Amino acid sequence: MADNVTPRVRVPRSAAAGEVITIKTLISHIMESGQRKDGDGNVIPRSIINTFSCDFNGQNVILVNLDAAISANPYFEFDAVVPEAGEFTFTWNDDDGSVYTDTKAIEIA
Amino acid sequence: MNISRRATLALGGGAALAALLPLPSFADANDDAIAAFTGGADMADSGLTITAPEIAENGNTVPIEVAAPGAVSIMIIATGNPNPGVCTFNFGPLAGSQHAVTRMRLARTQDVIAVAKMADGSFAKATATIKVTIGGCGG
Repeated sequence: MADNVTPRVRVPRSAAAGEVITIKTLISHIMESGQRKDGDGNVIPRSIINTFSCDFNGQNVILVNLDAAISANPYFEFDAVVPEAGEFTFTWNDDDGSVYTDTKAIEIA
Repeated sequence: MNISRRATLALGGGAALAALLPLPSFADANDDAIAAFTGGADMADSGLTITAPEIAENGNTVPIEVAAPGAVSIMIIATGNPNPGVCTFNFGPLAGSQHAVTRMRLARTQDVIAVAKMADGSFAKATATIKVTIGGCGG
């Protein structure tokens, strides 16, 4: 399991019904690409976050399939429609089977 | 020194043959990645924009933004990396726009290609050439 994996998400606290908002997400993860070698010359195996998804009240906003070329501490910025008050759920899936999640509630102004 | 006509012809023929031999290239992996996404369909030149720096000072983290109004998904590949795949954005029903920003690793100066799959099943392609001063693949 990767160490110290901390998700950080920026979502506006409120929005008008039907408004499009911008969401920014960051997660601290080394994203070991599988290209590096350790001191003995052995290849350090790939261990990255391979999927990120954002859902709102059970409906999908975006699903990202990541490859090793995504930088360490993967950052994503995207737009979402807010039809009603509710909760955004963010999910990151790691190669090693770990799943990291975060949630953010939003109100209708 | 006199080279005989026979020797010259043999030399010329050999050179022509060598030129025809297939050179190893990264193009195959890139073409495979695109074909897997599009199923071999044609790609339009417009409808998809890539915003990325012309010169990336740090190959470990190169910002890239893609936008394709009406797209269902957008795939990004880095043609000069050991593995071309960067990521694929799949927009769901609550996506506010077909636009996304992320940061990627580039091993060296190369073309980054984005392919968008539109809602009507067509595809669009855009290319950005990014110069990299310090490569980002940890090699």
